[in-house]
Amino acid sequence: MSSDLDVFVGNTTLIDEEVYRLWLDGHSVAEAVARRLRGGVLEREGTSVAVLQSDTRDHYRTFQMLERLLHAPPRLLQQLLFQIPPERQALLVQRYYAFDEALARELLGKKLSKGTKKELDEFDNFKRVFKAVEELRGPLAENIQQLFLLPPPLARDYAAIVFFANSRFETGKRRLQFLSFGDFAACAQSMMGHWSQGALAPEAAEPDGDLPKSFLQDLKELKVLVSDKDLLDQHKSLVCSALRGKISVYNELEANFKALSRALVNVGGKLTHARDVRDFFVDLVEKVIEPCRSDKWSLGDLRLFLTHYTAAPRNLPGFRHQALWERYMAAITACLLRMYHD
Amino acid sequence: MPGKLKVKIVAGRHLPVMDRASDLTDAFVEVKFGNTTFKTDVYPKSLNPQWNSEWFKFEVDDEELQDEPLQITVLDHDTYSANDAIGKVYIDIDPLLYSEAATVISGWFPIYDTIHGIRGEINVVVKVDLFNDLNRFRQSSCGVKFFCTTSIPKCYRAVVIHGFVEELVVNEDPEYQWIDRIRTPRASNEARQRLISLMSGELQRKIGLKVLEMRGNAVVGYLQCFDLEGESGLVVRAIGTACTLDKLSNTSAFLPACNSPSKEMKEIPFNEDPNPNTYSSGPSTPLKNQTYSFSPSKSYSRQSSSSDTDLSLTPKTGMGSGSAGKEGGPFKTLLRQQTQSALEQREFPFFTLTTFPPGFLVHVGGVVSARSVKLLDRIHNPDEPETRDAWWAEIRQEIKSHAKALGCHAVVGYSESTSICEEVCILSASGTAAVLNPRFLQDGTMEGCLEQRLSWQPGFFSIGSEKGEVDFFPQSQDSSSLLGIEEASPPGCGFCHIPYDELNMPFPAHLTYCYNCRKQKVPDVLFTTIDLPVEAVVVGKGCLIQARLCRLKKKAQAEANATSISNLLPFMEYEVHTQLMNKLKLRGMNALFGLRIQITVGENMLMGLASATGVYLAALPTPGGIQIAGKTPNDGTYEQHISHMQKKINDTIAKNKELYEINPPELPEEIIGSPIPEPRQRSRLLRSQSESSDEVTELDLSHGKKDAFVLEIDDTDAMEDVHSLLTDVPPPSGFYSCNTEIMPGINNWTPEIQMFTAVRVSRLSNINPTNQTLNKNFNDLCENLLKSLYFKLRSMVPCCLCHVNFTVALPEDELVQIAVTAVAITYDKNQALQANKAPTEKSQQRASTDNEEQLQFPLELSSDPLSSQPFSPAKATSLEKASPLAEGYLRHRSVPSGTNSTVSVVKMTPLSFLPGAKITKYLGIINMFFIRETTSLREEGGVSGFLHAFIAEVFAMVRAHVAALGGNAVVSYIMKQCVFMENPNKNQAQCLINVSGDAVIFVRESELEVLPVQPPAAAPQPTGSAGDVTT
Repeated sequence: MSSDLDVFVGNTTLIDEEVYRLWLDGHSVAEAVARRLRGGVLEREGTSVAVLQSDTRDHYRTFQMLERLLHAPPRLLQQLLFQIPPERQALLVQRYYAFDEALARELLGKKLSKGTKKELDEFDNFKRVFKAVEELRGPLAENIQQLFLLPPPLARDYAAIVFFANSRFETGKRRLQFLSFGDFAACAQSMMGHWSQGALAPEAAEPDGDLPKSFLQDLKELKVLVSDKDLLDQHKSLVCSALRGKISVYNELEANFKALSRALVNVGGKLTHARDVRDFFVDLVEKVIEPCRSDKWSLGDLRLFLTHYTAAPRNLPGFRHQALWERYMAAITACLLRMYHD
Repeated sequence: MPGKLKVKIVAGRHLPVMDRASDLTDAFVEVKFGNTTFKTDVYPKSLNPQWNSEWFKFEVDDEELQDEPLQITVLDHDTYSANDAIGKVYIDIDPLLYSEAATVISGWFPIYDTIHGIRGEINVVVKVDLFNDLNRFRQSSCGVKFFCTTSIPKCYRAVVIHGFVEELVVNEDPEYQWIDRIRTPRASNEARQRLISLMSGELQRKIGLKVLEMRGNAVVGYLQCFDLEGESGLVVRAIGTACTLDKLSNTSAFLPACNSPSKEMKEIPFNEDPNPNTYSSGPSTPLKNQTYSFSPSKSYSRQSSSSDTDLSLTPKTGMGSGSAGKEGGPFKTLLRQQTQSALEQREFPFFTLTTFPPGFLVHVGGVVSARSVKLLDRIHNPDEPETRDAWWAEIRQEIKSHAKALGCHAVVGYSESTSICEEVCILSASGTAAVLNPRFLQDGTMEGCLEQRLSWQPGFFSIGSEKGEVDFFPQSQDSSSLLGIEEASPPGCGFCHIPYDELNMPFPAHLTYCYNCRKQKVPDVLFTTIDLPVEAVVVGKGCLIQARLCRLKKKAQAEANATSISNLLPFMEYEVHTQLMNKLKLRGMNALFGLRIQITVGENMLMGLASATGVYLAALPTPGGIQIAGKTPNDGTYEQHISHMQKKINDTIAKNKELYEINPPELPEEIIGSPIPEPRQRSRLLRSQSESSDEVTELDLSHGKKDAFVLEIDDTDAMEDVHSLLTDVPPPSGFYSCNTEIMPGINNWTPEIQMFTAVRVSRLSNINPTNQTLNKNFNDLCENLLKSLYFKLRSMVPCCLCHVNFTVALPEDELVQIAVTAVAITYDKNQALQANKAPTEKSQQRASTDNEEQLQFPLELSSDPLSSQPFSPAKATSLEKASPLAEGYLRHRSVPSGTNSTVSVVKMTPLSFLPGAKITKYLGIINMFFIRETTSLREEGGVSGFLHAFIAEVFAMVRAHVAALGGNAVVSYIMKQCVFMENPNKNQAQCLINVSGDAVIFVRESELEVLPVQPPAAAPQPTGSAGDVTT
C-alpha cells in the first residue's frame, strides 16, 4: 500500500535542524534518509523507515517553499505563509547564507555577475548578494546586513566577497596560496574601512564596493615619497633613527628601506589601472612580505617599522599629503600585518 | 438604510511581476460589495504599491451586510488588453455587526488566486456604521453572536440555553452549470467560492432570525457544512444551539479571581464596564446575589444548594437527609415532567454542545444514532429545499425516538454529517441521549453563574476529588446526603446513573449500583458523544480508541446501489461497535467519550472509522477481561494456539492498565445487590438506518444471549479480528492522545501548542481485495499516520495530542484519503513543580494525585467559580485568605506587551481554550472556504507539494483574518472539509477546503503575574497566604 499523497502542515512551521543541514548540503531525500538512519534516529525514537521518509519529504517540501523567501530574507519576516518564530527565522537565514570558506577562497576575485558555477548554491548566494548591493551606496557590510538579515560577522564576510569581486584582485597565484579566506576578508574590511567614500562621508555617492576614483587618483601624489630622492633619504633616516635599537632586524631594514618604500608606495600608485589593481596582493606579498620573511622579520618588527614608516613623513619638509598618506597606510598596514604569517 | 460599510485600500506588497518586459506591475484594486464596485487608481510600475485610497462607502441593508462578503480584487492594468486579475480577498464583515466583537478589520491579507495561490498581500481597513432601526420587520439578524465552540464560551454566562437551531440552503453548483464549459477554471472556482460565501452568510442570517424568535442572542456549537452533491446541487446546512448569553461583568469575573487571581485579573483591561470598586470590596459578589433574587424557590429544585460546595458545612433547604433513596423516585418523575415541559415546546430537543455548565447534565443514557441512505436528484427549486429538509427532519425524528427509548428527553453532543458518492448519499446523525436540568432551559429561572469551565481547563479529578458539585438534581441529592455522612466519596457520578427504567430497559443491560455513591444504578459500560464532564471522577488517564473497518460493495447504480449500502450498514455498525467494545476492554476502561462514527461511501466499498476517548469512570464497574474460545476442541495445537492468544490479550490488558495508570481502589464488598458484574456485553447504542424513510430497524448489539466478552474463534476471519485487536500500538512514551477537548487524567498543561493538519491518500492496491486485506490496509494506514505524528512532534514530549480528528474520504476507486487535525499540547510531567499555576489548578493536580488529605482546602477554592453562595462562612474564610493575594496581583498587573515580530503570531487550536491563557474577547466566527486548482501539478511538486502549499495557504489566510480582527488566536478550529481530486494524466489537481473557528484575544497568565515568568521549578509563591492556599 503506497501513499500517493502525504503531507503534514503545522500552524507553527516545524524546522528540523538536522534535515535542514542535509538539505542545504544538497542531499536528495533518499540520501538524507540514509544519513538520518545512520544517525540512529530509528533506535532512539522507535519508528520506521517509512515514517522517516515521510518526515524527510515534508521537511524538504517546506524548505523548497521557503527557499524563495530565503533569497530575500526580509520577506521571510513579512510573509504570512509560514509562521516561524523569529529565532528560527534567524537560524534559517544564517544557515542558508553560511558558506564554506575554502570555496569562498577559491572564488575570491572572480567575476560573480556571470553564472560560472551554476551547480553551487553558495555561489548563487554570492551572486545574489553581489547583485543586490552592487549599486547601493553606503557601507557595504551594513547594506548586506539590512538586505539579508545576516549576523554582522557573516555580513562582513559577504562584503569582502563583493569587494573582491568588484576589484577583481588576483588571489589565485601560487605565492598567495598561504593566505586564507579570513586573511583576505580582513584585508577587504580594512581597505573598505579606510579607503571607501563611506569611511569619510556617509552620504557617499559611490558604493563602498568600489574604491573611490578620486582617492585612487590622489594616491599618485604619494609617489613623491620615492621619486624625490631627498624625501626618500630623509624618510629613511627618520625611520631608522626612530627604530635603532628597537628592532632586531635593523641592518636588514637599513639595507632594504628604499626597496620596501618603493614597493609600498607604488602598490597604491598603480591602483588606478584595473590591470594593476589585480596585482595588489601579489605585489604586497612579492615585494614586502617575502623580502621581510627571508630577512626573518618578526611580526613585531614589521608592526614597529610600519608605524614609524607611516608617521615619519609628517616631519618631512615639503610633504603636504600626510592625511592622505596615513589613510592609505592605515589599510596597507592592517593588510600586511594580517598577511604576515607562514 | 441601516448600515454604512467603509473600506480603505492602503497598500500592497510583494505583488507578482505581471509585466515581463519591465519586471513590474501596474496594480489597482476593485472593491465590490453587493452590486456596487469602486476602484482605486492605478499605481504604476511597482510590486509594493501605495494606493492610500479614500474611504469607499457602501450604503446597504443589514440583510445584505450579513449575506454578502466584501470582495477585493487586485488587478494589473493593461492599456492594450484586458486587465489581468492578480488575486482576491474575501472579507466576512459579520464580526463587525455585533457590538461586543471587533470594531474594525485592519491588516495585511494574502491576495489569493485559485490557480496560483497566494500572490502578495494587501493592506485593507474596513469599518461598519450601523444605524439601529428596531421597528422594522426584521429580515436580518445582526447582533446574534455565533460561536463554533461547543461549550458556553469563556467570559460569557448562559442565561438560558434555548436549544436546537438548524437551517439549510441549496443552490446549483456553479461547477456543474452549462456555463462552466465555456469559462476558465479560475472563473468557475471564483463563482463557487463567492456562491458558498453568500450561502453561508444567508444561512447564518436565517439561523440568527430563528435565534431571535427564540429570544436568544447567540448560537453556540455552530457547525456549518457543505454537501457537494455534484449534478444535483450544492447544499449548505448548519446546526447549532441557541442561547441567551451574558457577558460576564467584573464581579463575576472577579469571583474566580479569589482562587485563581493570576488568571482572572486579565479580564479587567478588556472589560467594557470596569468597576474597580468591586475589586476592593473583596469577595462579595453582587452578581451572585442578584441571580439569587432572580430565582424564586421552586420546591423541587434547591437553588441554595447550588453553592453547596462545602456540603458538610452548609445546611440544605428542603433536603431530606437519609431518605434520599425514597425521594429519588418522585423526584425523578418530577424532574422528568419539568424537563419534558421545557423540552416539549421544541421540535427537536437537541444540543450541539459537548461540554455543559455544571448541573446541566443530569443523566446520560448513551449514544443514539441514525443513518439514512438517499438517492440524490436535482434540486428543482432552490428556494424551496424541502426534500433535504424532510430528509433531515426524518433522521432527527429517529434520533428523538431513540432518545425517548432510553428514557431521555434530550440529545446532547449532537452532530450531523453526510457522505456522498456519485448519486448516493448517506445522512448520519448522532448524539448522546440525556436528561437535562430544566432550569437552564427556561427564561428567567437561571441562577448562579454558568460560566463554563475556567480558562484553564480544569481537567479531571481522579478518585476522591470533586469540583464544586452543583447539587441541582435529585440524583446527586442522594449522593450528597450520603456525602454528609461520608465525605470521602463525593458525587460526580450523577450523569452515569441510568435515566431509563430498570424494569423496562430498552435493551438488555447489566446494571450495578454506582461504584461512587452506591445509591443509583449504573450501566457497566457507557458510550457518549460528549466531552467528559468536568465533575466526572476518573481513574488514571484516557486514550484515543479507534475502530476501523472496510466493507467491499458491488458497484451498482441508483436504487440497487442504495439498497446494497443500506444492507451493509447494520453489519458495519455492529462490527464497529464490537471493535470499540473490545478495544475498550483491552485497555481496561469502561467508558467512551467524544464518540464519532463515520461511515464513508465509495464506489466499491464502505469504510467505517470510529474515534473516541476511552476512560475509566470510577462510578462504573471494573470491566472484565476478554476470553477467547475455540470452536474445535480436541485439537491440541489449536488449543495451544488459543491459549497463546489468550495470554497475549491478558498481557496487553495488564500492560495497558499500567500505561494508563488504571488502579481503581479496592472496594469493600459491602454493597448490597452489586456484585462485581459478570462480563457480559451490552450496548447502549441504538441505531437505525432506513433507505427511504419507511422502516426503522433497531439493532440488538448485545450479541444475543451470549457472553459477549467471549470472542469465539470459529473461522479465520475471527482469528484475524483478534489479531487486529492486538495491532494497535500504544503511543511512544511521553505521548498521550485523545479526541476530546481535554485529556482525562492530565491537567498540568504548559503553554506550548502545535496545531497541525496531516493528509494522506493511499492506494489500497490489491488485485483481489477482500474485507480482511482491506481492513488490514486501512488499519495500517491509520496506525502509520499516528506513528508519523508522534515522530514529527517528538520534540514536544511530554505532550498530549488532543482533539485528534480523523476524516476519511474515498475520492476514487481504491483510494483512501485520511485527514487529521489535532493539537499537541505540552504538559509538565512533574506535577509537584507547578508553583506557577494558580491555586485552582494546583488543587486539581493535587486531586489527581489521590491525596485526599490535601484535598479539602483547595476543593473549597476550586468550587468557588461555580458556586453562588457568598454568605457561607466557610467560603468567606477561604476568600479572605485568598484576597490579599488577589490584590497583590491586581496592583502589579502589567499591560501585555505586543510582540516585536513583523507578523503577529496567531495561535490555532481545535480546543475551546488555550493552556496557560485566558480568553478575554471573542471577535467573531471564522468560516472560510477555498478552492485551489492547478494545471501544472508536477511543477508544483506533485500532489503532496500542491496540497502542502494549499493547507499552508489556508492557515495563513485564517491567521491574517484573525490578526486583522485584532485577535491572536483561533479556538475551536476545525477543518470541516478537504476534498481533493487529481488527474495526474492531465497534470491537474483540485482541492476544496472549508475551515471554521472562533477568533479570540487571549492573554497569557504569565503576563499578568506579579513575578516575571520563571521556570516553574524555581517560582516561589508571592505571598505567605498563597503558600497556605496552595500547599
